[in-house]
Amino acid sequence: MGKRILIADDEPNIVVSLEFLMKQKGYAVRVAATGEDALNAIGDFGPDLILLDVMMPRMSGYDVCQRVRENPDWHGIKIIMLSAKGRDVEVTKGMAVGADAYVTKPFSTKDLIAKVQELLGE
Amino acid sequence: MSDRTRIALALVAAWGLVLAAIAAAALLVGADLADHQRAVLAAVLQERAPMLVVVSLLLLVPLVFILKTLFSRYVKAPRRLAEDIRIMQTANPGHRAPVRGSAEIRRLADGFNSFADAHETLKRDVEARVREANERIEQERSRLAALMSELAQSVIMCNIEGRILLYNSRAMQLLRKPLDGAAAAGKAHSLVGLGRSIFAIFDRNLIIHALDSIHDRLQQGARGPVASFVTTTPAGQLVRVQMAPVQGAAAGAAAGDAEQGVTGFVLILDNITRRIETGNRRDLLLQTLTQGTRASLGSMRAAVETIAAFPEMERQAQDRFIGIIGDEAQRLSARLDETVGEFADSLRTEWPLEDMRGADLIAAARRRIETRLGLPTKLEDVDESIWFKVDSYSLMQGISYLASRLHEEFGIREVRFGLKTEGQLAHLDLIWTGAPLGVETTTSWQTDSMETGGEACPLTLKQIVERHNAEIWYQIHKPSQREYFRIAIPWTRPEEATWSAPLPAESRPEFYDFDLFHQPGQTPEQDSMPLTALSYTVFDTETTGLQPSQGDEIVSVGAVRIVNGRLLEHEVFEQLVDPRREMSPEASRITGIESSMLENQPTIDRVLPAFHAFCADTVLVAHNAAFDMRFLRLKEEATGVRFTQPVLDTLLLSAVIDARQESHGLEVVAERMGINPIGRHTALGDSIMTAEVFLRMIPLLAEQGIRTLGEARAASQKTYFARIEY
Repeated sequence: MGKRILIADDEPNIVVSLEFLMKQKGYAVRVAATGEDALNAIGDFGPDLILLDVMMPRMSGYDVCQRVRENPDWHGIKIIMLSAKGRDVEVTKGMAVGADAYVTKPFSTKDLIAKVQELLGE
Repeated sequence: MSDRTRIALALVAAWGLVLAAIAAAALLVGADLADHQRAVLAAVLQERAPMLVVVSLLLLVPLVFILKTLFSRYVKAPRRLAEDIRIMQTANPGHRAPVRGSAEIRRLADGFNSFADAHETLKRDVEARVREANERIEQERSRLAALMSELAQSVIMCNIEGRILLYNSRAMQLLRKPLDGAAAAGKAHSLVGLGRSIFAIFDRNLIIHALDSIHDRLQQGARGPVASFVTTTPAGQLVRVQMAPVQGAAAGAAAGDAEQGVTGFVLILDNITRRIETGNRRDLLLQTLTQGTRASLGSMRAAVETIAAFPEMERQAQDRFIGIIGDEAQRLSARLDETVGEFADSLRTEWPLEDMRGADLIAAARRRIETRLGLPTKLEDVDESIWFKVDSYSLMQGISYLASRLHEEFGIREVRFGLKTEGQLAHLDLIWTGAPLGVETTTSWQTDSMETGGEACPLTLKQIVERHNAEIWYQIHKPSQREYFRIAIPWTRPEEATWSAPLPAESRPEFYDFDLFHQPGQTPEQDSMPLTALSYTVFDTETTGLQPSQGDEIVSVGAVRIVNGRLLEHEVFEQLVDPRREMSPEASRITGIESSMLENQPTIDRVLPAFHAFCADTVLVAHNAAFDMRFLRLKEEATGVRFTQPVLDTLLLSAVIDARQESHGLEVVAERMGINPIGRHTALGDSIMTAEVFLRMIPLLAEQGIRTLGEARAASQKTYFARIEY
């Protein structure tokens, strides 16, 4: 209990559901609407897991993911990429830049929660 | 020696012999006689001396008769026979020698006549076959010409040096280039022309790359390899180009060459501008549709599942989730309506990608990196069985662009290549060690426009990668400290080429000229080339007056081309020019050009560059060229265009051919050469006439031993008229 989850997505409609669900599961939640916000939030919020949307304005989810992986302090952070892009090449790229899982929208919330719990070792 | 002298000499000799024989007989008889007998005989002979002289003279009569008969039988008759044979042989094969004279001569004539019969039959036979063959060729020609002109594609055939040997009218239309400044009222001029360089139309590297890849495939034993690429025309149209080699034993090809030499290539052009536009739009629509739909569905599904999972949630929270569902549902339907509306007229895309073996692409990229950048390359694991669909030129450019930035900005000394498959994707890796890159760097490299080895490309790496349905990223392999850019690209199975046999080339008469196959490349040794082998632009200008230095201007430029001794009437340049001043009534009368006709015409600074391109690689010809050249030279600074090619002047050449003539005006010279003046005093009309005059001059110059360009120029210079300066 008490694990922290950062949701980085610029679509408020999905954020509402994700935030509600994660809170219901007992996680502490922070929301970031852009890539830069997400990187800042990682510093002061210290999440255990990031739900990271690929398509954000300016800095993409791929870029955020690579930054996180470059920083040794953030080594333990799990990353689940969420994306409306579902082609093979994009999934391959997501995994290659360091995501732990790549989930294509629309997804089952139940599966997503299971994935989060699995990654957090619960 | 005349026949008469010969007979006279023979007569004198024969008479002398007879007289000598009688004299000898008389001397012998005399020697045998006693002295008194001799005295009596001498007295008798002396008394009869006049009679003896008369008898000896009478002897001449039978001698003349005998000699004449002999002469006519055995000298004149064979001579006549020889004459008959000559006629049979040359002028009239049907002629036969009359059988007469002595038995021997008659037999000889008979023999010759039957020999002539046999010869004539044989000759007729051969001629008939040649005629038949020519007719067949002619038929095939016109069939091909019809086919070519009916083809929906543009076809251009070039020799290995890139000179155009054949094209159809579609190619001419497609490759028109408007004058700079677009809105010009004048017509566009085609860049296609016999003997012109294809490199003036398409990037040299693009053609060479395609030829290289065909060459590689040929060496691997592929039959009928075809390369294709996409490029833009000078007018900005997007064309898909398919290239097939023309193979054949080139004149002078090394004997024993296992591979048949590529002597040229055929380009088939397809204008895909519209198709690509539709395709691009369709792709964009499809992308917004799928991605947008996924996002909205994602939000809705999450909201629905949340409500379902927590039925006890507060009223307020529930309303919020229901609100989201309604909102997203509306967005979805709106997007669907929009997309369906726009979709209706979209066609199927044909992405101009070609099948290529991954290993071949890597080989091409290595060659380029090593030669252009001087950067050594190596291969790691390369799976040779991998094929993908690529625009090989742009992808290769992208790879060498990455290599050049690694080399220039991070001092990388060597790059390696790897290629393997993973599922549906091929992984093409550009590998190096020792220079970890930041995310900013790798991202900006993908979005900067590319430049390698001084060669700019309007595309970005990102665009190229997207075009291939691929992704590219940078990665470090920690254990080995190797770093790489990985391009993940869907792999395919190679298809057979859609067409392979190069068209046997042909079209309407002026659209082909195969003699160019044997033409040496344009060299600085032009001067030593024969006049018959050069390409010419024959041109004429009309002007507002005769004094360019006092502000007279060009109002019209006309030109026509001569290639391999043929006047190409379809390849002309004709353009009115706004002189930015009034036409004098005198000038209007001569040229038939009124000031009103020149309104809205392009000005000289736009016309001359187009004319310059039209003249590229040819020798200029004009009548009284000094006059026209003076106008062109005065514009050099303003237009930035210089006409540096050699110039021939038909006026000077006319003086070379016939120095005694008083006038060398174009009309007079044309009349002397038997040419009807048509369309005089338009720039194009005069150009055509000058060209006809020039063509007739070439053999006349040859009679005077003037055969090469250098000789013609030297002779021109020597003539009196050369000293006149405008």
